[in-house]
Amino acid sequence: MLRTIGKRLLLLIPTLLGLSILLFWWVRTLPGGPAQALLGEKATPEAVARINELYGFDRPLIEQYATWIGRLLSGDFGNSLQTSQPVVDEFLRRFPATIELSVAALIIAVGIGVPLGYWAARRHGKAADNTAVVFSLLGIVVPVFFLAFILKYVFAVQLGWLPSEGRQDPRIDATHYTNFYVFDGLITGEFDAAWDTILHLILPAVALGTIPLAIIVRITRASVLEVQNADYVRTGKAKGVPGSLLRNRFILRNAMLPVITTIGLQAGLLLSGAILTETVFAFPGIGSFLSGAIFARDFAVLQGFIIFIAIVYALINLLVDVSYSLIDPRVRVS
Amino acid sequence: MLPISRKRVFAAAATLAIGALALSACASQRGGDDNAEGPADVDGTFVFAASSDPLGLDPAFAQDGETFRVSRQIFEGLVGTKPGTPDPAPLLAESWETSDDSLSYTFALKKDVTFQDGTPFNAEAVCYNFDRWYNWEGPAASEALGYYYNKLFKGYASSPDAAVFDSCTADGDLSATVKLKKPFAGFVAALSLPAFSMQSPKALEEYKADEVGGTAESPELTEYATSHPVGTGPYKFDEWARGEQVTLSAYDDYWGDKGQVDKIIFRTIKDPTARRQALESGSIDGYDLVGPADTGALEKAGFTMVSRPPFTILYLAFNQAVKELQDPKVREALSYAVDKDALISQVLPEGTEKATQFMPQSVNGWNADVTTYDYDPEKAKALLAEAGYTEANPLKLTFNYPVNVSRPYMPDPEQIFTVLSSQLKAVGVEATPKSDEWGEYLDRITAGTDHGIHLLGWTGDYNDTDNFLGVFFGQKSAEWGFDNPQLFTDLSDARGVADLDEQTKLYSDISEEVAEFIPGVPLAHPAPTLAFDSRVESYPASPVNDEVFNQIVLTK
Repeated sequence: MLRTIGKRLLLLIPTLLGLSILLFWWVRTLPGGPAQALLGEKATPEAVARINELYGFDRPLIEQYATWIGRLLSGDFGNSLQTSQPVVDEFLRRFPATIELSVAALIIAVGIGVPLGYWAARRHGKAADNTAVVFSLLGIVVPVFFLAFILKYVFAVQLGWLPSEGRQDPRIDATHYTNFYVFDGLITGEFDAAWDTILHLILPAVALGTIPLAIIVRITRASVLEVQNADYVRTGKAKGVPGSLLRNRFILRNAMLPVITTIGLQAGLLLSGAILTETVFAFPGIGSFLSGAIFARDFAVLQGFIIFIAIVYALINLLVDVSYSLIDPRVRVS
Repeated sequence: MLPISRKRVFAAAATLAIGALALSACASQRGGDDNAEGPADVDGTFVFAASSDPLGLDPAFAQDGETFRVSRQIFEGLVGTKPGTPDPAPLLAESWETSDDSLSYTFALKKDVTFQDGTPFNAEAVCYNFDRWYNWEGPAASEALGYYYNKLFKGYASSPDAAVFDSCTADGDLSATVKLKKPFAGFVAALSLPAFSMQSPKALEEYKADEVGGTAESPELTEYATSHPVGTGPYKFDEWARGEQVTLSAYDDYWGDKGQVDKIIFRTIKDPTARRQALESGSIDGYDLVGPADTGALEKAGFTMVSRPPFTILYLAFNQAVKELQDPKVREALSYAVDKDALISQVLPEGTEKATQFMPQSVNGWNADVTTYDYDPEKAKALLAEAGYTEANPLKLTFNYPVNVSRPYMPDPEQIFTVLSSQLKAVGVEATPKSDEWGEYLDRITAGTDHGIHLLGWTGDYNDTDNFLGVFFGQKSAEWGFDNPQLFTDLSDARGVADLDEQTKLYSDISEEVAEFIPGVPLAHPAPTLAFDSRVESYPASPVNDEVFNQIVLTK
């Protein structure tokens, strides 16, 4: 298995190389350059030319790419145009926020989605099943930013139950070691800070988790339906296998395979959904920074962050494949 | 895998649901245990939403509003502004004298002022700062970093011929003389810019403020600019949690009024709607640049709204690279076609003033008797007819405007465009809309000829006429597309005049010259609006954003 994982990781290299070329070309074809974004009204042609010269944007594309990839191979992703900080630092500073948010969204999606889908399938054709199907459809079609906006308006602005923005109350003086604020709060014993972070996570996590939740409900339901009508389940039933064993070993375990795939894919997609959610909730993760980078034409950040996200996405998928073989001994990663 | 019974699945779901309820119940108690330490039972912690992080903490290397907003709290310059105006006023310098040739300025400094690190503020510190700017080299000396020094003082020790600055000498502890090589009438006013704040020589040295690292392509901020800014202002720097907030706290040995606010948190919230909702939900105390559409609703809901005295100009520009716009009759007709009052009442924020020329009234050289073209659609039609445009052969123009952007002088470009284009249509002008995203828009307007009439504007940095007229009409530019050597020469001559009164007179004449030339229509001076929690009784609104939070008055 290790060999296979190694092979998969090697395959990542050409993928990333291709991505880097497309990415490099794409960000540079965005209309209006970084100099305009940086200078605003002060963007006289001379000033723009000077900035372009300073940052090397006036050199041939091929040359710029070669410089960039050369530095990248030595681990230097360049500096952000907006903050003058190394791109790697910016990513590491913000990624924990996005991970926290994604994990919270996944907990909601899986924690509710799998039981709900299973429950709907067991009540196939009944009112409960139909309700679950309708709601899951609704969850898929509602745009994330709209849902985020409504949640915020109702629960933060109107009712005042939950905070409307950020990761932590600005007035809280918390110690941060790892930038995982919940974790930091727990290890330092600042439980109020950890709790405050959790409160700040609820609304964005619900907004971000809704689509995966709906999809997981549907996949689980479909998969359980299929499995529970399979021949071996009928045989098991006929042979008098006890109900709980039948449900857990025969149905649930076998039905979980497609669900795991879905969870893996959704986990990757959460990273892109985070761009909208984080912007609405002013949540300081990689998503909101990335959307700012698009407006600022912050090339180094766009290139660096998207490559990091691609790596994370690939790793999550690898993890999903590996987890198959753990759940289903018939599947061997090869 | 552990066997899970169906009951347990439900139990888990039920726990989740109960947990969610419990969470929301507790959430409503959030923020109830703040430690208010401010004087007189007031919560001295003030949270202000910024639209972005500061770009750095060293104002000498900055030019943007969010960076300066933070700098204004930490630093003070020799010169400040009179409250509510852009006019220079004594700050760290109590007075100054100018030599007869206007090339030497002697500043009498305030006594008993210390920097936040304990370093005394004196003539030596003043000269240290002037010498620091003058001796910049490499990336520090580029427009990308030291923007204002580069722009206003032109040259450095490495290029002395271009430099405006000559030398700074300390004549005793509390008197410093700055000598200039060339006359610079706006010198004193320019010193009110945060970029020329006085910074602690000790901290600048210790944290290597000028050793801008990295390569030319990607300059790196110094340790000073990221974590050790030290000035003489009422607040000292505490912490910068990047992407989240900057925290400042009261400087105990501040020489002036300490005020009620003893802790400032600048919270970064990029999205304008999110800023408004953060105010409504009580997580912040105030924010800047409220959208005109939000003003009414917030006011009605009991929030304190504050308008800055406008120091902006919004204009409709005519690109004379377009043949039709080269005809003065056409430009005059378009000027008569615009109903500025309607525009202001319909889509611009409260407090907006009507513009008659390309600078606000508080700028030196503003001309009360300037030629105006008051709204007169009939006259506009007649002039168009004279220029050869009729109903059968209407004047056709491209109308450029930006989208998804909000500037202090242009809160909602789409709405402004809608109003103006219907006014133009009323006199028979066919305007074809062409919109772009902000970066692309600037590129199109300032770098190319492919644009017709368009919306743009400017926010003044300090009280300097050249900072308005000179920026727009100082040289041939792609934006305006005209070549008017007389105007260019007049502006350049006025810039070189050392005496302020004499210069003001010249600018006043130039403003009339511009009005007669009609390069565009000066539309309005929109007033940027701030919104605050109802506990804010007053806020020191300044046309040039010289707003220090020790002046804020709170009721609870």
